[in-house]
Amino acid sequence: MGVAKYTKDTKGAITEVEYQSGIKVKPVYGPEDLEKAGFEYTKDLGSPGEYPFTRSIHSQGYRSRAWTTRQYTGFGTPEETNERFKLMIANGQNGLNVAFDLPTQMGYDSDHPLAQGEVGRVGMAIDSLKDFEIAFAGIPLDRIGSGLTINAVATIMMAMYQAVAEKAGYKKEQISTTPQNDILKEMIGRGAWIFPVEHGVRLVGDSIEYAVKELPKSNPVSLCGYHIRESGATPAQEIAYAFEIAKAYIENVEQRGIKPEEFVGRFSFNLNVYGNLWEQIAKFRAARKLWAKMLKNEYGINDKKKLFLRGLFGGGGSGLTKEQPENNIMRGAYYALGAALSGAQTTALCSFDEAYTIPTPRSALLSLRTLEMLMDEVGLRDTVDPLAGSYFIETITIEMEEKILEEMKEVQQMGGMVNCISNGMIQRKISKQAYEFEKGLQSGEYRKVGLNPESTDAMADKTDVELHEYNEEWAIKSKASLNEVRRTRNDKNVSQSLAALEKAAKGNDNVMPHLVKCCHVYATVGEMAGVFRQTFGEWNEPDFY
Amino acid sequence: METKNKIRVLIAKPGLDGHDKGAKIVALALRDAGMEVIYSGLHQTLEQIIQTATQESVDVIGLSIMSGAHLPISEKLIAMMKEQGLDNVNLTVGGVIPFQDIPKLKEMGVAEVFPGGTSFKDIITSMNKLFE
Repeated sequence: MGVAKYTKDTKGAITEVEYQSGIKVKPVYGPEDLEKAGFEYTKDLGSPGEYPFTRSIHSQGYRSRAWTTRQYTGFGTPEETNERFKLMIANGQNGLNVAFDLPTQMGYDSDHPLAQGEVGRVGMAIDSLKDFEIAFAGIPLDRIGSGLTINAVATIMMAMYQAVAEKAGYKKEQISTTPQNDILKEMIGRGAWIFPVEHGVRLVGDSIEYAVKELPKSNPVSLCGYHIRESGATPAQEIAYAFEIAKAYIENVEQRGIKPEEFVGRFSFNLNVYGNLWEQIAKFRAARKLWAKMLKNEYGINDKKKLFLRGLFGGGGSGLTKEQPENNIMRGAYYALGAALSGAQTTALCSFDEAYTIPTPRSALLSLRTLEMLMDEVGLRDTVDPLAGSYFIETITIEMEEKILEEMKEVQQMGGMVNCISNGMIQRKISKQAYEFEKGLQSGEYRKVGLNPESTDAMADKTDVELHEYNEEWAIKSKASLNEVRRTRNDKNVSQSLAALEKAAKGNDNVMPHLVKCCHVYATVGEMAGVFRQTFGEWNEPDFY
Repeated sequence: METKNKIRVLIAKPGLDGHDKGAKIVALALRDAGMEVIYSGLHQTLEQIIQTATQESVDVIGLSIMSGAHLPISEKLIAMMKEQGLDNVNLTVGGVIPFQDIPKLKEMGVAEVFPGGTSFKDIITSMNKLFE
C-alpha cells in the first residue's frame, strides 16, 4: 500500500510495515519506545523556535504567519507569464515561483536550432532583459520575492533579476530572489546541466559569494532534495544527498575565505511531500534538527537564525497518476496536509493535471485553494507542531535521523558528493531503486489507488483533462522580439561586456558583476551561456548501467 | 531452427528535456527482458540519435519525451530516418503523451506509443510483437 512495504497475513491483517527509508513500524507505540530511542525533550525537540528546531523554526508556528504559497508559474511569452503572475498575486499568492522554458534553462536563445519546438513550452522564454522587463512589469519587486527555477545558468538569471529591478527603480539591496541554482542535483535528476561538475560548482560559489556581498535579501541557493526524491531516492536519501550537496557548495565558498556563518543562513531547501504521510513528517522534522546540528557542530555556527532549515516543502509530482487524474486533487491535499503538519514555511502543490500538461489557470487555482483550506478552514494554524510528543512520531523522527546519517556517511566514504556524482555512483543507485519501485508498483506490491489493481471502473482510461495547448506563435513572437533587441542594442557595449565576462570566467574573478553588466546592455542568455560553454566545455554524464 | 536474435534498442532522450527516470527504468526493464539496450544519455540532437542508431545497428529507437514536444520531434526524426535509410528501424515514443496525440503519432509512422503509466509488460509485449 502506498510507497511502504506491507506484509499481510491470510486474513488480510497487516503484520509488518517498512517505510522506504528502512524504518520498521510497529502496530503500537508507547513511552517505552521513546525511552529505548533515548528521547529527551531538550535534546531532541526543544521548544518551537529553539535549537534544534525539530518542532519549528518559529516559536508560534503558523499563528504568527501562515505559510507562503508559491505555485510554479510561467509559460509562453513574458506577456502571458506576467498575466498569470498577476492572477496568482490577485488570488492571494505572496511570492512567485518562476518557470523557464528549456532553451532558457539550457542557455540557448529562442532562435537556436535546439530550441525548436520548445520555446515557451514548459516555462517562459527569456532571451534578454527586455523579456524580464515585460514579465515583471507592475510586480512590486521590493515586496514580492521570486523563486527562479533555473540551475545551469542561474547566475545569468540572478543577474538579470537584479538588472530588471534596477531598471524599474529598485535597489539591489531591496530585492529578494531565490534562484534554484543547485547544479549537483540536476546531475542526479532533472538533467538541466550544461557544464562539467567543477565549473558548475564554481558558478554556484560565485553566486553565493556575490549574494553575500551585494544582495542581502536574496537566497542564492535552493537545495533540492525534491528532484533527487523524484528520481528514485528514498526520503532519507533525499535529505542526506541535499545535505552532502550543501557541504560541497560550502566547501567551494569557504575556499574563497568566506566563513560559512556569513552565508549558510541564506541557503533554502526545496523538499518533496510525496510519500507515506508519517514518513514525510518524520523526514521534515529530522531534517530541521540535523541541519541545525550539523551547522553548529561541524561549522561552528551559533547564531540561531542561521541554523534554520527554511524552504519549500511541496510538489509531490511523483505521487500523481495519469490514471483518473481527478484523484490527484485529493492526493495533493493529503500531501499538503503532511507539509502543514511538518511546519513548512513555503509550499506549492503539483496540479492534478500535471501528468498531462502545464496546469491550466483552473487547476493552478485549485492547488492554491487546497493550500488555503488547510490554513484558513480546517485549523492547521491553531498550534505549532501539533504532533509533538506522539510516541510514534518522535520515535520515527529519531529513527529517520539515524537513516539520514547512514546515507550521508556512505557518500562521505565514497569521497563526497562531487565524487559520487562525477563517477555516477549516486545516479546508478537511484535509477536502480526507481526501477525496483516501479516494478513493485506494477506488480501491485505497492498500492496506488486508481492504478492498481488494474481499474475496471468507468473512470479508467477516461480523461477529461483540459489541455494547456502549446502555441507556435510563442516561438515566432520570441524570435521577433529577440531580433528587435539585437537590432536596437549597442553592439559595442555588448561585445565589451561579453569579453569582460569571458576574462572573468577564464580566471578566478566572480562572474556575477560582469553578468549584471551584460544583462543591462541586452546581451542575450545564449551569448552569456555561450561564453561559459566555450570556456568550461560541457559535461559528459557517466554511464548509468 | 535459427536462434532468434536479440532485439537491439536505442533508448534516446532527444532535445533539451532532462527528465530521464522514465528512460532509464524502461532501459533496465528491456534489458532484463533480454533485449540489448543502448542508452543515449541526455540532450541528444536528432542527428546524434540517427548516428548512434546507425552505428549500433538497432532495431528500435525508443524516444523518451516529457516536455510535450513529442509531435514535432517525432515528425522530424521520421523524416530523417527515411533520408538515412533507416526505414527498417521501428520508432517508439514514450513519456508525457496525451491520449489524443497517440493517433497523430501513429499516423506519422510511430510504431508504438507508450504514455506514462504503461506497464513494463505491455511495453515488452508490444516491442516483441514488432518482430513477430
